[in-house]
Amino acid sequence: MSATAAKTDAGLSPVVDGTVINDVVVEVATANGTGSQSANLILMRAIFYMGIPVSGKNLFPSNIQGLPTWFNIRANGEGWVARRPHPDFLIAMNPETAEADINALQPGAFLILRDSLKGFLKRDDLVVCECPFDKIVAGIVKGLLRKKVVNVLYVGVIAHLLGIDVEAIEKSIDWQFGTKKKAADLNKTAFRESLEWARENIPSQEKFQLQKSDANEGKIVIEGNEASAIGVVFGGATVLAWYPITPSSSVCEYAIDYFDKYRRDPATDKATYAVVQAEDELASMAMVVGAGWAGARALTATAGPGISLMSELAGLSYFAEIPTVIIDVQRMGPSTGLPTRTCQGDILKAYYLSHGDCKHVLLLPGSVEENYEFTMEALNLAEQLQTLVFVMSDLDLGMNYWVTDAFKPPTKSITRGKIVTAEDLENGVEFARYRDVDGDGVCHRTLPGTPHRDAAYFTRGTGHTDTATYSEKPEDWKNNMDRLVHKFETARSAVPAAKIETAEGGSEIGIIAYGSSDLAVREARHILARDHDLSTDYLRLRALPFGAEVDQFIRSHRVIYLVEQNRDAQVAGIIRAERPEFATKIKSVLHYDGMPIDAGVILARLLKDGSRENGSQ
Amino acid sequence: MTTATEPAPPAKEPKVNRLNLEKSAYKGLASTLCKGCGHDSITRAIIDSLFDYGVDPMKVAKLSGIGCSSKTSAYFLGQSHGFNSVHGRMAPIATGVALANRELLNIGVSGDGDTASIGLGNFLHMVRRNVPMIYLIENNGCYGLTKGQFSATADRGAVLRKGQTNELHVIDCCALAIELGCGYVGRSYSGDFKQLQALIKGAVAHPGTAVIDVISPCITFNDHDGSTKSFKYVKEHKGFLHDIDFRPFFGTEEVDYSPGETRVIEMADGSKITLGKINGSEYDPTDRFEALKLLDRAIDEKFYYTGLIYEEAGIKPLDEQLEMTPEPLATLPAERLRPTDECFNKIMDMFR
Repeated sequence: MSATAAKTDAGLSPVVDGTVINDVVVEVATANGTGSQSANLILMRAIFYMGIPVSGKNLFPSNIQGLPTWFNIRANGEGWVARRPHPDFLIAMNPETAEADINALQPGAFLILRDSLKGFLKRDDLVVCECPFDKIVAGIVKGLLRKKVVNVLYVGVIAHLLGIDVEAIEKSIDWQFGTKKKAADLNKTAFRESLEWARENIPSQEKFQLQKSDANEGKIVIEGNEASAIGVVFGGATVLAWYPITPSSSVCEYAIDYFDKYRRDPATDKATYAVVQAEDELASMAMVVGAGWAGARALTATAGPGISLMSELAGLSYFAEIPTVIIDVQRMGPSTGLPTRTCQGDILKAYYLSHGDCKHVLLLPGSVEENYEFTMEALNLAEQLQTLVFVMSDLDLGMNYWVTDAFKPPTKSITRGKIVTAEDLENGVEFARYRDVDGDGVCHRTLPGTPHRDAAYFTRGTGHTDTATYSEKPEDWKNNMDRLVHKFETARSAVPAAKIETAEGGSEIGIIAYGSSDLAVREARHILARDHDLSTDYLRLRALPFGAEVDQFIRSHRVIYLVEQNRDAQVAGIIRAERPEFATKIKSVLHYDGMPIDAGVILARLLKDGSRENGSQ
Repeated sequence: MTTATEPAPPAKEPKVNRLNLEKSAYKGLASTLCKGCGHDSITRAIIDSLFDYGVDPMKVAKLSGIGCSSKTSAYFLGQSHGFNSVHGRMAPIATGVALANRELLNIGVSGDGDTASIGLGNFLHMVRRNVPMIYLIENNGCYGLTKGQFSATADRGAVLRKGQTNELHVIDCCALAIELGCGYVGRSYSGDFKQLQALIKGAVAHPGTAVIDVISPCITFNDHDGSTKSFKYVKEHKGFLHDIDFRPFFGTEEVDYSPGETRVIEMADGSKITLGKINGSEYDPTDRFEALKLLDRAIDEKFYYTGLIYEEAGIKPLDEQLEMTPEPLATLPAERLRPTDECFNKIMDMFR
């Protein structure tokens, strides 16, 4: 079996004398709650310390203990670390899934098999390394600890097989356990024992090797949710109200930690923020609306079921023009769906959330760095536009581990939008809450508590005039709704513009994607250009409403492939609705099985269309 | 200094309060509720109490949900920011307001539909958090704005205008509030102006959540025979727990009461609530079990005991629980909202 079998769906690194250097996928199959996550992170981070681009995707169940879980590590010297479905190495630790996991392997793949599971092995086209993990661990620790420590043993075996640097592993163990030195030492001992065992008992292989590189200079490993939390704290958020829901909870939990460390007044130790865990998502959004109205930079984080509950308040935020931010870490729906799997299925719902004519600004982070940046941006935009702004993250970005350039400290200042102060009023500034004095659809507001007798206005979800008095007059209603549309048009050019990458000389084929699909799309483009002589242009949408650059991109391409991780082509639907003239130009590439998208999905579609077109010509 | 003209005869000075404000500063728009609605009496009581107390209208946020009662937030304090929000969600919206600006006095007006049905969960959690606010329930036992359906505060056995009888147990918001740790719980009747004013002023002085349930008959949909919240029924089936009065902290006169006949409750700001015995019987509003027993009995008796039902000082309000900086978060300068670049780079180093 040669390495080329694994090549079909990946962009690969150089092959030297038959050895694939720095390009490998390792999948670890364990049971949830057995402590395998530490071992997986040690392995992933060790590869990071070797200077090789790497990603770690945790495919976990909606369960605390016992159900199967997989951790997918992809190392690739050229940086192609989107998910790749077929692992080159499987570490089989879980009896529940061993048979299916083994049967799913590509011929020639390596199988690191806990020896107690050998009964599940019914094929002879794999390179099998049977490992007596339970016996080895018995020689290291006693009792319940064995269950945890046994996981680091597979790190030893894979380190031997792939040539992972021992120092990198030990550094990684130290990082993982932090101040818990005893735990670190125990894990190092176990790792060394298993490495020794592997060196003596498992023949080296030459098919895949990892070699030190220098690709990770200045880089960090981080989850998107933690990046968002940093954005919350550095974006100047003052009120965070939330209700626990997978996969967004850790945004708030991380934010609480960072707030506590970095947002207390140095002189008094008092908090310059408030966090409330609400009783439900209705309440968390209501708190955000109340706080935003009273002048806080307020936000919540949630997932699909949460935004369903927030729907009515989203409409109030839109119509009463109250700055609010929702971070939606998307998971599989409808209903409870697959709470621990990823998708981009909330786009349409979020864009039009609430009853009546309602439209919201959506920021679409395509990397963990954008999780950080867009969270800050959303807090600014919400106040600038006086409306609800969504940050549409997803589980893949939010809960998986990404190697990225270290983020830069915030470059944009905290902006509060159009606020009329008591001083302004004293100086004769005229205040009418819903009057478009600047012509951009965005009006001026005063904050409750402004010490001036002309500051007050009455906020309502009912029809109102431009001075915020109650009105049922048709012209008042329509004028206000039209101004809101005008404001939405202002938003088009205020939100982050799409990023466009053009092939040399340009192409008539355009790809549009957004969010966590980015890496897979870029990998697919790379392979199409390299192996199939098919060049493509690429627009990465970073916000809705989309700007003029999107119109221009679609107009200037013969065909557009719009890549989405949902069933109903949701962004395609929005573009078609707003630009019917482009409707037939857009072909959708859809992926919605709960797994992060891989390059193969995009590749297959474009190649299929390409051959069909060639055949017909 | 001399002047050539004769001084004009002194015009009658309008009455002003300690902030030198006239009562007109506490008024709002004209009510659009039905003529004779109990809610309008409550609005007047709010205006008078806040005027008397000398609350700064510019430091008040008026919050409400949806319903007849919630509309009334437009009918008082025209110089205060007001927010007529979403059905049932006034409590968490007020929570957000309280967090954004600790200097505001939050006055929430809500109804029994808002509070006891659609927003019951949110109401209870607000109480549990001890959000600094006054939460007034204008309780008429029915949905006025949707034309008279029963609400969850309708008494068992009460009859609707169209003849249906309520078979369900009443939800008593006062009892629930006490159960969940509220430190200021009162019940009143829209027609008992003096008592209602004293309760509202006491609520202003209370640092955490203050719940006042005001029985406020709906003259259009719930004022018939068979209703247990009609003007006639309530007048015949209510009694004062005490003769309540409120003495503000800035008053100079000594509190005048006869020892043994009057109980005095000192509020956190130095003001006092005096509770005079009625017919020699004393009700102890600091006894939680007594209060709950009273409310339970009232259900069986189909009777409204009114006054300060429960008072407990010293429960930490939400803003104190959260150790928040005393200035409003809403207006903190940007430099206090963003940690330094040095902090940022330190965080980045943790991920290397």
